[in-house]
Amino acid sequence: MKSSGNTFWQKLWKQKALVLMSLPFIIYVIIFKYIPLWGWLMAFQNYWPGNSFFEQTWVGLENFRLLLSDPVFFDVLRNTLAMSVIKLLSGMFFSILLALVLNEVRFAKFKKITQTISYLPHFISWVVGANLVMNALSTNGIVNDLLLNLGIVDSPIMFMGIPKLFWWIVGASHVWKTVGFGAILYLASIVSISPSLYEAAVIDGASRLQRIRYITLPALKPVIIILLIINVGRLMNMGFQQIYLLSNGRVIEYSRIFRIFELDFGLKMMRYSFATAAGIFRSLVSIVLVFSANQIAKMMGEERLI
Amino acid sequence: MIRAKKRGWDDILLDVFIYTFLIALIIVTLYPFLNTLAISFNEGRDSIKGGIYLWPREFTTFNYESLLTDQQIFHAAGVSIARTVLTTVFGTFLTAMLAYVISRKDFVLRKFITFIYVLTMYVQGGLIPTYFLYQRLGLTNNFWVYVLPGLVAAFNLIIVRTYINGLPESLIESAKIDGASEFTIFLKIIMPLSKPVLATIAIFTAVYHWSAWWDVFLYNSSNPALATLQYELMKVLATANSMSGSMQQALANSAQSAQITPRAIRATMTIIVTVPIAVVYPFLQRYFVHGLTLGGVKE
Repeated sequence: MKSSGNTFWQKLWKQKALVLMSLPFIIYVIIFKYIPLWGWLMAFQNYWPGNSFFEQTWVGLENFRLLLSDPVFFDVLRNTLAMSVIKLLSGMFFSILLALVLNEVRFAKFKKITQTISYLPHFISWVVGANLVMNALSTNGIVNDLLLNLGIVDSPIMFMGIPKLFWWIVGASHVWKTVGFGAILYLASIVSISPSLYEAAVIDGASRLQRIRYITLPALKPVIIILLIINVGRLMNMGFQQIYLLSNGRVIEYSRIFRIFELDFGLKMMRYSFATAAGIFRSLVSIVLVFSANQIAKMMGEERLI
Repeated sequence: MIRAKKRGWDDILLDVFIYTFLIALIIVTLYPFLNTLAISFNEGRDSIKGGIYLWPREFTTFNYESLLTDQQIFHAAGVSIARTVLTTVFGTFLTAMLAYVISRKDFVLRKFITFIYVLTMYVQGGLIPTYFLYQRLGLTNNFWVYVLPGLVAAFNLIIVRTYINGLPESLIESAKIDGASEFTIFLKIIMPLSKPVLATIAIFTAVYHWSAWWDVFLYNSSNPALATLQYELMKVLATANSMSGSMQQALANSAQSAQITPRAIRATMTIIVTVPIAVVYPFLQRYFVHGLTLGGVKE
C-alpha cells in the first residue's frame, strides 16, 4: 500500500482496526435510518405493497393536493400546533418558576426532598401517566370531589368528554409530568451565577424579588432561548403518546394531531401514499420551524443551535 | 446564603408564596399515585361509590390476587424484562464502542460517521416507510423489533463521545506504545473510565424500554406472546369501560368475578407497572440528573 499516492486511502488502511470497528455501525444506520427515507418516494406514487418499485404508478404531487384539500387537514394542523404551543409555553413557564422558587429555599433538606419528588413523574411511562390523569379526572375522582365539596359545581363533570377542554388537559398533564425534570437545567444555570452579583445587589439595597428580577432571570436568558429553539423544531412532533392515550372518540375533533392522522390513514385505512405525504409535510414544517427559530435567535444576537 | 438584615413584608410574602407553591407541588405530584394505590387495595364494587382518597375503605388483596394469577401478566413482565435487559446491555456497550471510535481525532471517518448519526435526530423516514422496512426485514411479529432498531441512538452517542473526549489522550498513546490494539484500548481503558456516563445512558435506555408499548402496538399486536406489561396496561386503558382479552380471561378464571371492576384493574395494573420504577428510583434519579449536567450535550 505504501506506493499508493492517495493519502486518504493510506490513512484508511493504517486505521483499519477503527474502520473495522465502525463498519457495522455504518451499515446499521443506513439500514435502519436511511432506507426508510427512500420510502418518502411513496408519497409521489399510488403505492401498492404487492407491486415492485418499478410497477408503482407515479402521481406527482397528487397526494399533497389531496392532503391540503382534506376537510380535516386544517383541524389536524390547528390541533398539532395549538397543543404543542400550549405545552411548550406552560411547560417552560412552570419549570422556570419552580427553579426560581427552589433556589430561594433555605432548608437544604426540604429542597432536596421536594426535588426528588418533583422528578418522579418523569420516570413513569405515559401509559401510567394517562391512567393517573383519567383517574383524577373521572366522575368520582379527586377534581370532581373538590369541585363538588367547594360548591362550585352541582354534579360531576365528565372532563375527558368535553372537546374544548382537551387541549388544556393535555397542557396541564404535560406540566404535571415534566415540571420537576425541566427545572433541572434552569437550576443548573442559576447555580452557576456568580455570588458576587448578589452580594453587590444586597449592598445596593435590592430586595429578594428585585434580585430575582434583575440578576437571576436575565442570567437564564441564554438557556431559555436555546431550549425554545430546540423545542420549536419539535412542535410538529411533540408528545404523540400522551395525546394518543388521553384522547377518545368524543374529543377527536380537538385531539387528532398529525401522527394520529398518519396512523389512521396509513395503517388502518391503508392509504399508504397519502399518509406518507402527511409525514413529509410534517417533516418539512419542522425543518422550516427550526431554521426560522435559529435565524430569529441569530438576528437577536443570541446563541444558536445550528 | 446572602440574607438581608431586616425582613420586609415583601420578603415574608415571598416565603409564603414559595412554600405554598412547593407544598402544592408535592401534593399534586404524589396524590395520584397514593390514590391509585388505595384504590388498588380497595374492594372493586365499593370503589365505584367514590370517596376513596389516601386509604382503602374496604381493604382487600383480591385485585392483586386475580391479576397475579393471570399467566398473561407474568409472560408480559418477562417480555418487558427481556427487552429492557438486552437493549440496555448491548445498546450501552455498542454505543460506547462507536463513541470511542468517533472520539479519535485522527480517525479519517470521524466526521462522516458523526454526521450520519446526528442527522437522524432531525430527519426521519416516518411511520409507513419504517413499517414496510421492518416487515421486509422480518421484524414484524418478532421479538427483535424491540431490540435492534434502538441499539445505538444518536443522542446517547453524542453524550458518551463528549465524555470520552474529556479523557486524557496520553492514556491512549501510551497504551498504543505498549502494543495494545484499538479494541483492547476501548475495552480495558476507555470502558472502565467511562463508567459514570455509561451508567447514565444505561438508565436512559432502561427507562425508555420499560415504558415502551408503541412498538408492540405497531409491529407485534397480533401476537399476545410478544406483549409487554405497558402494552397490557395500555389495552386496559383503551378499553376503560369494557375489558381486554386477558382481563376477561382473568375474570373467567375467577369464581368471585363480580368483585372485580375495570377501575380496580386499572389501578392495580398501574401499581404493578410502577413498582419496579419506584424500587430503583433513588438510583435512577441520581444518575439521570448527573447525566443531564454531565457537560454540554451540544455538538
